[in-house]
Amino acid sequence: MTVESTAARKPRRSSKRVSAANKPQSSEPQLVQLLTPEGERVKHPEYEIDLTPDELRGLYRDMVLTRRFDAEATALQRQGELGLWASLLGQEAAQIGSGRALRDDDYVFPTYREHGVAWCRGVDPTNLLGMFRGVNHGGWDPNTNNFHLYTIVIGSQTLHATGYAMGVAKDGADSAVIAYFGDGASSQGDVAESFTFSAVYNAPVVFFCQNNQWAISEPTEKQTRVPLYQRAQGFGFPGVRVDGNDVLACLAVTRSALERARRGEGPTLIEAFTYRMGAHTTSDDPTKYRADEERQAWEAKDPILRLRTYLEKAGLADEAFFTSLDEESETLGKRVREAVRAMPDPDHLAIFENVYADGHALVDEERAQFIAYQASFAEEGN
Amino acid sequence: MAVQKLPIAKALNESLRKALETDPKVLIMGEDVGKLGGVFRVTDGLQKDFGEDRVIDTPLAESGIVGTAIGLALRGYRPVVEIQFDGFVFPAYDQIVTQLAKMHARALGKIKMPVVIRIPYGGGIGAVEHHSESPEALFAHVPGLKVVSPSNSSDAYWMLQQAIQSDDPVIFFEPKRRYWDKGEVDTEAIPGPLHKARIAQAGSDITLVAYGPMVKVCVEAAAAAAEEGKSVEVIDLRSMSPIDFDTIQTSVEKTGRLVVVHEAPVFYGSGAEIAARITERCFYQLEAPVLRVGGFHAPYPPARLEEEYLPGLDRVLDAVDRSLAY
Ligand SMILES: Cc1ncc(C[n+]2csc(CCOP(=O)(O)OP(=O)(O)O)c2C)c(N)n1
Repeated sequence: MTVESTAARKPRRSSKRVSAANKPQSSEPQLVQLLTPEGERVKHPEYEIDLTPDELRGLYRDMVLTRRFDAEATALQRQGELGLWASLLGQEAAQIGSGRALRDDDYVFPTYREHGVAWCRGVDPTNLLGMFRGVNHGGWDPNTNNFHLYTIVIGSQTLHATGYAMGVAKDGADSAVIAYFGDGASSQGDVAESFTFSAVYNAPVVFFCQNNQWAISEPTEKQTRVPLYQRAQGFGFPGVRVDGNDVLACLAVTRSALERARRGEGPTLIEAFTYRMGAHTTSDDPTKYRADEERQAWEAKDPILRLRTYLEKAGLADEAFFTSLDEESETLGKRVREAVRAMPDPDHLAIFENVYADGHALVDEERAQFIAYQASFAEEGN
Repeated sequence: MAVQKLPIAKALNESLRKALETDPKVLIMGEDVGKLGGVFRVTDGLQKDFGEDRVIDTPLAESGIVGTAIGLALRGYRPVVEIQFDGFVFPAYDQIVTQLAKMHARALGKIKMPVVIRIPYGGGIGAVEHHSESPEALFAHVPGLKVVSPSNSSDAYWMLQQAIQSDDPVIFFEPKRRYWDKGEVDTEAIPGPLHKARIAQAGSDITLVAYGPMVKVCVEAAAAAAEEGKSVEVIDLRSMSPIDFDTIQTSVEKTGRLVVVHEAPVFYGSGAEIAARITERCFYQLEAPVLRVGGFHAPYPPARLEEEYLPGLDRVLDAVDRSLAY
């Protein structure tokens, strides 16, 4: 036995010491930022962006309506109209900024929380609620808005996005693809494999990681020892960390990464540094694992407030704009509420629909048996 | 006190606590098992009492969880792994099937693989996709794995102890919609063997075989049938690999009729295996073909349809009637 292997069998340093030694790097990387938490417009040498007042107000409107929609869905869950809801509260800038950077012919592969991106794609928000109400497993045709179905199995969609992007490149098209995922998802093998494939095949895909600091109860340190954007380097493509609560920076950085992809220069990893202000989902209880002070600290960086401050200070929006937006929000809330309440339960036979594209004898047989079985109750009732 | 009334989730929690206390090599691993105590609170309080070295919050990576559990087992530990929901075991399926299941045989029996993989499974809780599946047949089909599922608190407590003590990999399916059902647990009893089936309800006209979440439905069906003068025997299988065919055979020799009930799709499900074996063993005693009640050959449906999809009292009773009509 070598000296080394004997040593390996001796009791080792306690893992507490090991983890203290491996603490995540203390030098916090610079966030790309164009709008400070105080609502100051700042310049960035690489990611400058020039937006018209209309566009700025548009981003603000998107964020406000997305938050309103999200709040309505949370309320509907509390009222028993939805079985579950995954709120995006706090992540509006990351989603609207990246979502508004997309072109119509780009393709989006979301997780289950990309309600703001869906909004940017023109997916009717009421369509997003079917799966949370339990009436379907999707609820929209992905090809109508180039917005794929929500994916619940963590990380899977990053590979689909990469494959789709490989197809785009093969077709010689100049569209780009964007894959959304969380900091927790960065631990999954699928995500690492999507990084490998996209780099090897130079796929026109942008990986947009919303690092909201938590994967249910586990903080980002339980997933990684290096800042997430630095992962990209090891795979051979650039990574950048952006202030995920700064809609302008998210827009600028995503736009730049998409353009890079369109030029045939391959993937980019964007880490949007943000925060999940609410619970992971309505089934979760963050008081079990998270300090309230943390949330309060992040509330001060609220993405909506900072843009409002800027709009007001720069005189880009008047009282009438905000008032009419409030009204629009209420109308949206009401529309969503009514649509959900009116959403019918699916027909029982829907169980057997679309199991196969070409049909399947067993499904036909079971369907027929099911119809006969249900009819037997009707007969008894007579 | 030796006898307590506990919900299944709490019985599992007590069982894990006991295992951590008695064997320093036992480790709990999984997503959110620490401070949160797991999304179903089955590991509640364990990290607080046994520390982060024994109750380990893992990165969000199922292949990583099972793969490293294999390594820890090779090093002499006894990892008890939690997969958060049934539908999320598949990233780990490769490690379970291609590695965990075969290592003992490949090493000529020289190494042991005492890994327990706990999976909350089955439907009935109104969840979204991937949170309601019953993939037990996919594991029972794999040589080298043992597959069990308790249906009540006492079994939850004892079967988990036994699974942890087993030197073989055990896939431990927990009926999640029964987590909150209470039952008596005698923590000083001497439990029966892990793979022995249990007669949940004695009867003489027909045998129902079920496991996990469907045992309760079958016992209720037996009670409903009794009101119509039918005497139904219910067997709680407890173990899907191996299967205690002797207990089923004895029952079917008495009743002459068998219905197998599970939530998983019937097609290629565990009911098919039981029907085939019992037909071989009891060909001359059977008064009717073995019937199966279970899920359809369709993806587990959205929550608003799960009542139609899951076998309930009526579908079980319908099968009982069909069997008795032969
Ligand atoms: C493969 C898989 N494992 C476990 C889960 C259960 N689960 C759902 S969301 C989640 C945390 C995800 O965290 P993150 O990727 O950071 O995204 P976030 O929800 O915070 O946006 C977990 C563990 C799952 N959906 N899929």
